[in-house]
Amino acid sequence: MTLLNPTWTALLYLAAAACFILALKGLNSPRTARRGNLIGAFGALLAVVTVFVSVKLDNIPWILGAIVVGSGVAAPVARRVQMTQMPQLVALFNGVGGGAAALVALLELSHTEEPWVRVAIVFTLLVGAVSFAGSGVTFAKLQGLMTTRPVTFPGLPVLMAVVLLAAVGAGVVVILSGSLALALVLLVLGLVTGILLVLPVGGADVPIVISLLNAFTGLAVAASGLVLGNVLLVVAGTLVGASGTILTRAMAAAMGRSVAGIMFGAFKGGSTAGSTAVSERPVRSSSAEDVAVLLGYAQRVIIVPGYGLAVAQGQHTAAELALALEARGIEVDFAIHPVAGRMPGHMNVLLAEANVPYESLKEMGDINSEFKTADVALVVGANDVVNPAAKTTSGSPIYGMPILEVADARQVVFLKRSMRPGFAGIENELLYEPQTTLLFGDAKDSLTKVLGAVKGL
Amino acid sequence: MDGMSLLTITVLAVFVGFEVVSKVSSTLHTPLMSGANAIHGIILVGAIIVAGQAADPLVLAVALLAVVLATANLVGGFVVTDRMLEMFRGRQRPPSNVAPTDSGAAGTAEAAVRERRP
Repeated sequence: MTLLNPTWTALLYLAAAACFILALKGLNSPRTARRGNLIGAFGALLAVVTVFVSVKLDNIPWILGAIVVGSGVAAPVARRVQMTQMPQLVALFNGVGGGAAALVALLELSHTEEPWVRVAIVFTLLVGAVSFAGSGVTFAKLQGLMTTRPVTFPGLPVLMAVVLLAAVGAGVVVILSGSLALALVLLVLGLVTGILLVLPVGGADVPIVISLLNAFTGLAVAASGLVLGNVLLVVAGTLVGASGTILTRAMAAAMGRSVAGIMFGAFKGGSTAGSTAVSERPVRSSSAEDVAVLLGYAQRVIIVPGYGLAVAQGQHTAAELALALEARGIEVDFAIHPVAGRMPGHMNVLLAEANVPYESLKEMGDINSEFKTADVALVVGANDVVNPAAKTTSGSPIYGMPILEVADARQVVFLKRSMRPGFAGIENELLYEPQTTLLFGDAKDSLTKVLGAVKGL
Repeated sequence: MDGMSLLTITVLAVFVGFEVVSKVSSTLHTPLMSGANAIHGIILVGAIIVAGQAADPLVLAVALLAVVLATANLVGGFVVTDRMLEMFRGRQRPPSNVAPTDSGAAGTAEAAVRERRP
């Protein structure tokens, strides 16, 4: 078979790279996003076909078989996964990508004498292995295979430092000597680093870890592109590295914390401070019928969904309630905090699945000035993201976190399971304010009762 | 390709990446992450090259493992992103031949005809 000449190969890879950029650009708006993703998938297909016709390859039947196996495993899982399990799946796909990059780098070691290529190999090995193992631990935490609480033990920082130093040492020797045995040691050290990095991170901080590991895999892929001299891998990996970096920073900003503070916070033991005691102060609790009257005779209602809603599988009921209220001529929006859910933007996906149109899904920055005009803010399964302590109490663990300004609404209704504080374990003063009404119970049950009562008005 | 050109491309790609991604709406951050995730599955290209040049059975086995992992990343990533984006639907415009019938606010008719999937 004659092979494609290098110019055509380069042009086809360039086209694939452009497709990837268009895929990310499509995500500017929900209208163009799906088409963008299809363009990206086309680019990937183009690149894979190009490699088959441009490089002299042995073992083609084996390679095709491996591709069939990989697709055969991943596609059905991707098709069936529940939207609440999306963070696990993304962590899993991210991990296997990092693992693949590390393996490619390992096998390329014997093909090069160039020191700078070996630098890229060492980087890919280490970062790919960190991403693989870190994503594995993240998956285990999210899937409930292990505790979601931060796992720490005395000497963890010391162990981490020793492992990192050993990795740097092994890396330098690999660069100088090209030793395969030490490259394997480096791979193992990378795996250990990944595990140690994610173990101390608590459940609420997982969104940050997922996006950080995503950036890591991107960088590993970019470095493997340098190893193979493949421009497409460089561009694609760098794009992903950039997106992971931006998301990580956005998430950290939305939590009012630094990335370093989140990754290493548990080392200092300060990340779960706060009281878990149940307060005895009086609150105004109410019935579903009273809440329905509040909602049904309002002009503007803003629903603030938290992860508690998704845990109770109440998204569809919330969407139905919004529809029932809109049928009464009430303006209804959903106010989405950036960290609502278990990964960046997760809550939007959960509500989109429940057929809430994307025009009703409002970002925090857009909706915060509108709470003043809202008659009722309905907070379902959210707590810390509406807690004014983030603005007023400088000693609070969530101090500095941007919140949804539900206190500006004329009435605030909380659907809560109990008076127990939220994930961060901080008392919410808003619960005791005169404009606040509480309806206790499971989020879905409460919403179902309120929905029934609204329909009966 | 020589090292300098690759470095140039890398640096430019960093700027393109930041530029494009910083415009993504935060509503779509989850699809962004899974879409970006799918894109780094293109390491499949590297895995295929390595597998295609493997002479030793052990090397081939490791390379094929990389192919399986990378394919899972690439295919699974694009499929799941498509599934998510399919769910993001806008408000359906009311068809022009159906006028709002009875009393009610302007939003009523629009809400009533909004497409609902079972």
